[in-house]
Amino acid sequence: MTVAPKEGRAAYFSLAGLVEGARLAAPVMPGMVIFGAAFGALAAQKGLTLLEAVLMSSLVYAGASQFVALEMWSDILTLGGIVTLGLVTATVNMRFILMTAALRPWFGSLPAWQSYPSLFTITDPGWLIAMHYHSKGGRDASILVGGGLAFWLLWIASCVPGYLLGAMVTDPKRFGLDVIMPTFFVVMLVPMWRGARAAIPWAIAGAVALLVAAIVPGWWFIIVGAIAGSVAGGFIDER
Amino acid sequence: MSADPMALLAIFVMATMNYLMRAAGFWVMAHVPLTLRMRRMLEALPGSIVAATVLPIAAKGGLAATIALAAAAAAMAWRGNSFLGVAAGVAAAALVRAAGIP
Repeated sequence: MTVAPKEGRAAYFSLAGLVEGARLAAPVMPGMVIFGAAFGALAAQKGLTLLEAVLMSSLVYAGASQFVALEMWSDILTLGGIVTLGLVTATVNMRFILMTAALRPWFGSLPAWQSYPSLFTITDPGWLIAMHYHSKGGRDASILVGGGLAFWLLWIASCVPGYLLGAMVTDPKRFGLDVIMPTFFVVMLVPMWRGARAAIPWAIAGAVALLVAAIVPGWWFIIVGAIAGSVAGGFIDER
Repeated sequence: MSADPMALLAIFVMATMNYLMRAAGFWVMAHVPLTLRMRRMLEALPGSIVAATVLPIAAKGGLAATIALAAAAAAMAWRGNSFLGVAAGVAAAALVRAAGIP
């Protein structure tokens, strides 16, 4: 089933679009279930209660920052730790700024009470699918929201069995479970490769982060390294 | 089912920061256009975050973690499948440790 895009420029919502959005998201779902379960398993290992893990998946709903939070978990149960966590979370998810900026021409025609809640459902794959649909002339905002809600339910549901399995593993290092977060990050980096020139900021980010990690305790290396790479990217002219 | 108050606060802070990031780009575009420089900075950001997070963790994690990350990157470059990439990384870490390397 496909939904024919309506004529005109204004965005709109439809029930059929919600279903279609979820259908377009289907190819990514197995991967999402695996990562949701991996998050649950790691959360159990790091000493979160099941309720805390489920709350984090449902309210935060951003895999990369959730994995980073688990890495930091033992350090954050102080006010200072939570401030650091907030800054690291913002840094890791600053990429959403560019993603939702790109949604303005499409979602901008909706009333604010519809567009702003819709932004909660943004995920990397959901955004990509919706932008592809929009580039072909589609204007149905429910494509983004339908995919985002389907991912959200799966993300929460997959956390629970992952948590229960993870709680049974007594030695996570033996099964390599402790490297899930960094491997997940590396795997995200590979499709971003656009040649050596575009990777210069990454190298700067990595070098600065290594330096900061060596001299400053805590998790500042993520913030300082990422911002150094980002600023470098802003000053490198692409040709 | 229980939750620690500090953990709840941490989750609430994370949720707020995330929603602010999700709303910020959309909000900003209604008021000022993103400059080319800002756009390039944001484009360089995702890869920079990955590099800044992974390299220090790999350096701290020792040889097993480094081999695991290399295996994950190789599997991902070979097949382009993110699940396979993570599975390769986790399996490599388990194998290397089974061989007695920390």
